[in-house]
Amino acid sequence: MTEPIIKFDKVVKRFDSFVVLDELDFEVRPGEKVTIIGPSGSGKSTVLRVLMTLEPISEGVVYVDGDTLWHEKDANGRLRPAGEGHLRRMREKLGMVFQQFNLFPHMTVRRNITEAPTQVLGIPRAEARERADDLLDMVGLREHADKYPHQLSGGQQQRVGIARALAMRPKIMLFDEPTSALDPELVGEVLNVIRRLAEEHDLTMLLVTHEMNFAQQISDRVCFFDRGKVLEQAPPEELFTDPKQERTRAFLKAVLESN
Amino acid sequence: MDWTAYLNPLMQGAWVTIQLTFYSTILGAILSFAAGIGKTSTNLAVRSLAVTYIEVFRGTSLLVQLFWLYFALPVAGQALGIDLRLPPVVAGVLALSLNIGAYGAEVVRGAIEAVSRDQYEAAKALNFTPRKTLWRIALPQAIPEMMPSFGNLAIQNLKDTALVSLISLSDLAFRAEQLRNFTQDSTTIYTMALFMYFGLALVLTAMMKMLEFYVGRWRAGGR
Repeated sequence: MTEPIIKFDKVVKRFDSFVVLDELDFEVRPGEKVTIIGPSGSGKSTVLRVLMTLEPISEGVVYVDGDTLWHEKDANGRLRPAGEGHLRRMREKLGMVFQQFNLFPHMTVRRNITEAPTQVLGIPRAEARERADDLLDMVGLREHADKYPHQLSGGQQQRVGIARALAMRPKIMLFDEPTSALDPELVGEVLNVIRRLAEEHDLTMLLVTHEMNFAQQISDRVCFFDRGKVLEQAPPEELFTDPKQERTRAFLKAVLESN
Repeated sequence: MDWTAYLNPLMQGAWVTIQLTFYSTILGAILSFAAGIGKTSTNLAVRSLAVTYIEVFRGTSLLVQLFWLYFALPVAGQALGIDLRLPPVVAGVLALSLNIGAYGAEVVRGAIEAVSRDQYEAAKALNFTPRKTLWRIALPQAIPEMMPSFGNLAIQNLKDTALVSLISLSDLAFRAEQLRNFTQDSTTIYTMALFMYFGLALVLTAMMKMLEFYVGRWRAGGR
């Protein structure tokens, strides 16, 4: 079996005394599409935020693409907290799509997508523009390239958010409840873009969502998080139809009833 | 004496006031950004320096700062064997801009910190350096928010320039006082001076509004 591209090894994350991740062990293989579900406060978004280096961990070790994320080795080969240089190198491997889109309001759609490639990766502007337009084609927003984010619907903004993250060519894409802030009629267009990504690319994808049908369609594996641990994980057809744990069943029942 | 006879000397004074306001507002804005950004720095030395500057100049009287720069600094310099005598105009502009810069720094810091955490997280996820995050993401969103407060500070600065008449700079207030000594026609002269300050304030307000409109385009209506 291939080495995991993401590995959490007994990771603890505390906010003050509140334990969000409780000695979490969790792995994702390269190219795998994994959906994380679970009640609020179960630590599912924290997993993504830890991976994107937005949230430091309290204990344990996180591995990404064969390297430690929050640690680096000193001269004696011992792990010490990573410096900003190491974090910057590791961040290149990851891209993130946020629940609230977090587009830059003072930049056009195209500029939102080209800014990081030109400013961070040093790609020439013309080349970055070309790539941005290709990505805009992919998410179906080429004709909106010169608009500002506030001129777009939520669904369109989120598709720009996806294009912006992809422009940095990450190996791993993190989706943090990408449709939760959207009006119901706009959810489909965003999910379609994510679905196409899942089908066409060897990208590793980690998705936190409440869209169970969608999770079932695109995931190789669904993980049920509860109280900072993976309580149960299985291929979607198995987890959704035959959950083993009582709490998984209760959660799925509650979600299905609310829909 | 006819009021028109006062016009010429008062206009000459107003021109000095305009120049003082112009230079001290520009220098004050630069100090505002330096100290305001400095106060958000992660570097303790930079942060301490910014905080010290801001608190000292907000916490002491502008008049005392002005006298200190003009009268006390040369004496202190003499003790150290350095010539620190400043021409009145330099002392005036320096005192005004150091003072306005200290207030402006708090405006800059407040606006930078008011940029939402989501924006900083998006910048981090895209691997922007802290410096590029500040210049390309945070400041373009923060500057439009600073403009109304900057407008107030510029007007305050215009009015504060009257204090420099006390170190013998012949600004509008100085000219008015000079004419009054000479003619004892207080009512006419000070009424004229009042209107001239008000006129200058109106022009300055209009200019700040134009600047506000200009930088407001960076925000592009997005909220």
